[in-house]
Amino acid sequence: MANAHQNPAEPHPSLDRVDGRLKVTGAATYSAEYPFENLAHAVLITSTIAKGRIRTIDAKAAETAPGVLAVLSHMNSPGVPAYGSVKLPAERAPVGTAFRVFYDEFIYFSGQPVAMVVANTPEQARHAASLVHVDYESEKHQTDFEANLSKAAVATSVQRNKTSPFQDYDRGNPDAIYTAEVKIEATYTIPTQHHQPLEPHAIIAVWEADDKLTVYDKNQGVKSAQGNLAQAFKLPRENVKVNSKFIGGAFGSGIRVWPHTVAAVLAAQKVNRPVKLVLGRELMFTSVGYRPFTVQKIAIGATKDGQFTAITHEGTGQTSTYEEHLERTILATRAMYVCPNVSTRYRLLNLDVNTPTWMRGPGDATGMFALESALDELAFALSIDPLELRLRNHADSDPERHLPWSAKSLKDCYRIGAEQFGWKNRILEPQTMKADGMLVGYGMASSLYGFHRHPSKAKAVLLADGSVVVQSATMDIGPGTGTAMTQIAATMLGVNPKKIRFDLGDSGLPDAPGQNGSSTIPSVGSAVHAVCKALKIKLLTLAVAIPGSGFADVRPEDVTVKNGRLFPSADSSPGIAYTDILKHHKLTQVEVTEESKPGAERDQYSMYSFGCHFVEVHVSPVTGEVRVKRVVTCADVGKIINYKTARSQSIGGVVGGIGMALMEESAMDHRYGRYVTTDFASYHIPVHADIPQIDVFFVDQPDPYVNPIGSKGLGEIAIVGVAAAVANAVFHATGKRIRQLPITPDKLL
Amino acid sequence: MKPFHYLRPTTVKDAINALASAPNARFIAGGTNLIDLMKRGLVAPEKLVDINSLPLKKIEQKAGFVRIGALALNSSVADHTIIAAKHPLLAQALKAGASGQLRNMATMGGNLLQRTRCPYFYDTAFPCNKRNPGSGCSALEGINRLHAIFGFSEKTGPPTCIAVNPSDLNVALSALDATVVVQNTQGERRIPFADFHRLPGDRPDRDTTLEAGELIVAVDIPDAPFARNVHYFKVRDRASYAFGLVSVAAALDLDNNRIKTARLALGGVAHKPWRLFEAEKMLVGQPVSETAFRQAAEVAMRDAKAFEHNAYKLKLAPNSIRQALTLAAGIS
Ligand SMILES: Cc1cc2nc3c(=O)[nH]c(=O)nc-3n(C[C@H](O)[C@H](O)[C@H](O)COP(=O)(O)OP(=O)(O)OC[C@H]3O[C@@H](n4cnc5c(N)ncnc54)[C@H](O)[C@@H]3O)c2cc1C
Repeated sequence: MANAHQNPAEPHPSLDRVDGRLKVTGAATYSAEYPFENLAHAVLITSTIAKGRIRTIDAKAAETAPGVLAVLSHMNSPGVPAYGSVKLPAERAPVGTAFRVFYDEFIYFSGQPVAMVVANTPEQARHAASLVHVDYESEKHQTDFEANLSKAAVATSVQRNKTSPFQDYDRGNPDAIYTAEVKIEATYTIPTQHHQPLEPHAIIAVWEADDKLTVYDKNQGVKSAQGNLAQAFKLPRENVKVNSKFIGGAFGSGIRVWPHTVAAVLAAQKVNRPVKLVLGRELMFTSVGYRPFTVQKIAIGATKDGQFTAITHEGTGQTSTYEEHLERTILATRAMYVCPNVSTRYRLLNLDVNTPTWMRGPGDATGMFALESALDELAFALSIDPLELRLRNHADSDPERHLPWSAKSLKDCYRIGAEQFGWKNRILEPQTMKADGMLVGYGMASSLYGFHRHPSKAKAVLLADGSVVVQSATMDIGPGTGTAMTQIAATMLGVNPKKIRFDLGDSGLPDAPGQNGSSTIPSVGSAVHAVCKALKIKLLTLAVAIPGSGFADVRPEDVTVKNGRLFPSADSSPGIAYTDILKHHKLTQVEVTEESKPGAERDQYSMYSFGCHFVEVHVSPVTGEVRVKRVVTCADVGKIINYKTARSQSIGGVVGGIGMALMEESAMDHRYGRYVTTDFASYHIPVHADIPQIDVFFVDQPDPYVNPIGSKGLGEIAIVGVAAAVANAVFHATGKRIRQLPITPDKLL
Repeated sequence: MKPFHYLRPTTVKDAINALASAPNARFIAGGTNLIDLMKRGLVAPEKLVDINSLPLKKIEQKAGFVRIGALALNSSVADHTIIAAKHPLLAQALKAGASGQLRNMATMGGNLLQRTRCPYFYDTAFPCNKRNPGSGCSALEGINRLHAIFGFSEKTGPPTCIAVNPSDLNVALSALDATVVVQNTQGERRIPFADFHRLPGDRPDRDTTLEAGELIVAVDIPDAPFARNVHYFKVRDRASYAFGLVSVAAALDLDNNRIKTARLALGGVAHKPWRLFEAEKMLVGQPVSETAFRQAAEVAMRDAKAFEHNAYKLKLAPNSIRQALTLAAGIS
């Protein structure tokens, strides 16, 4: 498809998604789709109260219903070895204990799994589940974040760890805020929001032997899932296989191994058959974490010409009573702008809810909504253009760690974004721009995301026919990992991408981190780069040994590759085909495995991705409906590997940000401690009609210090700041500052 | 989901008899609402009588009215030339509802009978008078952003139910004075649209006056001069594929800028489509003007009462009425 909005700087055509055809033709196999004879089906029964205990479970009718194999609960669970053998302890789980499924009679949140029916067919299981009667003894619960805010405290884990970044932080003089020439102060609220990937979480658990487990599971890290399950069931790591080749979106919901996964494994043990469990949409609201309800108070002090003199940022997030989930909420504020006096505070509020988890741009999307909204409020108070205010406070080096940035082209992002958007046409005064009876608003926000790189391994195998298989236990939850890795390998080895296969999503492959924290390209991309380089050197060694090949004395750095051939230098000789090298040595394949990991550069540089978003909204003065009319987003994430998948990633982030800004809210009825928005008719995510043209630009300059490929992460930064840009545009259109997301029509009427 | 028997009769008579002999049986048409209700355990029929093979799909001009078969698909009706020419309000309302895929499955009869989207109704963990009469209305003091501002009675205590009828189609049919044609074992019965849907009263479990076992066979829409000055205005939380917060069906018959006839109905505000007879009366004879529309909106809102989270409707509804009338009149 011709694309008028391609980045003009795109240096080479992007490789199409290597698995695109499989996905759009339905040939890709997702976790719930593996066929097994003898497959049994499980349905979860979940708590209808938020706190208390299970008095009795009457499963008689269910157990005798047609097709039922077992009704599992804490009364008869085979038990998870790691939970310990103590059954029915009189005490609730202490803080820091992961939820133990079917362990005891305690209820910690509404929607908690209390029992599970396993039957021959999904229909039989579902019907039998409706026949199970659970009798509860309720206790008074607390789920209302705002009503309990005064109970928030420093997390226990932070109290114990003096070097935790979540310790109270003061830079300069914390009181400077009181004497600032100009000051704004505001409180911002983000409701609970759920990842809700279109593919619900699903698992097929198969005990291959008494001590051998295989799971086909939706998650974001096969290696960590493998480790987790091995630990839970006290199995040798290699006896657990995790297969997660295709994932229909996750956004963070698959970073952990959740109770339902363990429950399915228990069920497979109990009935001694493969067991499949697919979460219904409503269970997706209480089974796989969420972006926590968060309240933030920010104050910014500045001189009259807009120089920041003090910032205070207090953030409080919600967590469960049994675990502490911390996120970066207040951290960006320390690094984003130059300011001599900065204080941050981070608090947690334990509620009778399930534990939150990381959701795209965790903490930063939350924190930057507040910070970038507050900046906009200050810009308005000072009558300074919001972009100009950001430029005046641009941090040329990391003001928190006092280190140089490894690379930062945020000013280029601002310039490109502003030009492409036509920011200069913005009228400073809010409520002045109109079109077709609509109030028009222009808003912008900055974006940043920390750089994460983890040790990663990759294996490359060159086969006799010149094709290459590259493998790593990384994941693809949607960004196009296989495509990017294939492209890196193709470039490094001078091999047509069609002759390269990249394997991922299998715990049997070389070690790699899970797909989170925008770390895949930086980590696994580096490993693929390293392994291809090693393969090249190995081929050189083999070529040197071929008499008359012309490779004697050739230095590895001078070797070039093209069309599956090795050349002694860039401008010389016919070179030698990889296939001929193998043939000469009578090899069927050449194989190398390499590990790539970060080093001392982490202490020498401060590493972030940076970017910005520009948004135009139209707001109906009659109904308060907000429509995003166009978005320009620009990111500096180092070198772009594949423009097409990178653009898609940015577009997806912006779409997520629009949802966060305008519609996503998991509303809870606190009388029951239970969500009332548990389907897609009430939990709104953007549909096509909500999404306008989104123009994506990249600075595309390699970061010289982060890793050998010069690429930083893009997944999270794509959403960070978007909600603020939308809210700022809404303010510009209407003069109304909405500090509580989502910005639904009722709030603007 | 409870196991059930399934049959697919081919005549109206067989369909009606199939239900008459089994009190806990249900008709299924497009299934876009019923299947969800079954999956959430809200209804558990022992027998499903699939009516998709009945000859009830036609859309025809009859003497003085258009007849739409109960099994005509929402998408077919919305795109039909007769509807486009004579009742564009209906087409607009249908197209404002659900998604293309759903409209391709959903039928006229099923749409008339779709149940409320009140979250407390859908989740059996909550008390709900509509699902379980006598258990209480959770929405009253719960999250009631989407709930009614009209039509609940407080005469004998707190309202029994403040859920709203979610259908877009119903709002248009109400404005167009349609008649629901039903068949039962005794024969045919014609129900004026205003009497078809109920207010909650002391039977919030009953959405309509349709009796058990009755089959909707058609909807009749009387000929009317509403081919031009009509507008279906729907406000929602996102641009498409969402139930309305408030919607307005407005139809005007104009004679040189003077209003000869007006029809107005609101959606998303009551247990049934909320016809605004008083406001209509007020408009008749007036010239098209902002003032007239404002007055109509004021009259329309007279008895409105909001709860904790839906007070915005007290403003959104009159704004929407004015906007719908303005757009229908073709002034902007
Ligand atoms: C995600 C989603 C979004 C939606 N959004 C909207 C929206 O924005 N606006 C809107 O108006 N609607 C919306 N709908 C509702 C949709 O319009 C209805 O589900 C649909 O019209 C029901 O028609 P059906 O044929 O599928 O009914 P079914 O589900 O088959 O039946 C519904 C009920 O009607 C009964 N029934 C059906 N036909 C007859 C008959 N001929 N005689 C007697 N009884 C009968 C059935 O027994 C059942 O009780 C949405 C639905 C979904 C799932």
